[in-house]
Amino acid sequence: MNFDKEFDASGLSCPLPIVKTKKALVDMASGQVLKVTATDCGAVKDMQAFADQTGNTLLSNTEEGGKYIFFMQKK
Amino acid sequence: MTKKMAIIATKGTLDMAYPPFILASTAAALGYDVQIFFTFYGLQLLRKDLSDVMISPLANPAMPMPIPMPVMVQMLPGMESMATMMMKQKLKKHGVATLEELRDLCLEADVKFIACQMTVDLFEFDKSEFITEVEYGGAAMFFGFAGETDICLFV
Repeated sequence: MNFDKEFDASGLSCPLPIVKTKKALVDMASGQVLKVTATDCGAVKDMQAFADQTGNTLLSNTEEGGKYIFFMQKK
Repeated sequence: MTKKMAIIATKGTLDMAYPPFILASTAAALGYDVQIFFTFYGLQLLRKDLSDVMISPLANPAMPMPIPMPVMVQMLPGMESMATMMMKQKLKKHGVATLEELRDLCLEADVKFIACQMTVDLFEFDKSEFITEVEYGGAAMFFGFAGETDICLFV
């Protein structure tokens, strides 16, 4: 999947993946896609919850070799 | 309309310092307007230097310990520092942010910190020891915000 910005949250625990995702989205334009990589399994539900509550769209959510990859499209 | 959350932070130990900052930074990331009212021992969390924020195994029977430790041993000098060091190592190993980092993230996200003026005076805190972003107020000021919140927590 194409993305405009990438952010690696590997090794970070709650709430950092969410808080830093929010920070990464700030200077992005509407419609742009952020790729986030995380190792905290709690991030799976949290990223969906973040998307649901902020109006951003979680385009995809996959796991690859113990890493969770998210593509978040800015509202 | 923007959602709002208010937290009252009353504890000054390392374990109890985390919930207010974790919840406040997360809520701010979700778009909430957040205020934390620090009172009694919670005021310790506003000091520039957070190295005195410690955890004690004493009177804390739910704290998981690497080896069972009788209360008589827990009260020995240095046990608090040791427990704090061990907890900080554990937090770091698990990628949990430091208190300083979480507090900075809150400030960056415009979380408002209110220090209870009455308890600042009661404990004779020196305001110059607090971070400069703190505002001072009383219970009525807190209710001005808390009365309109969607979530209000006491920690």
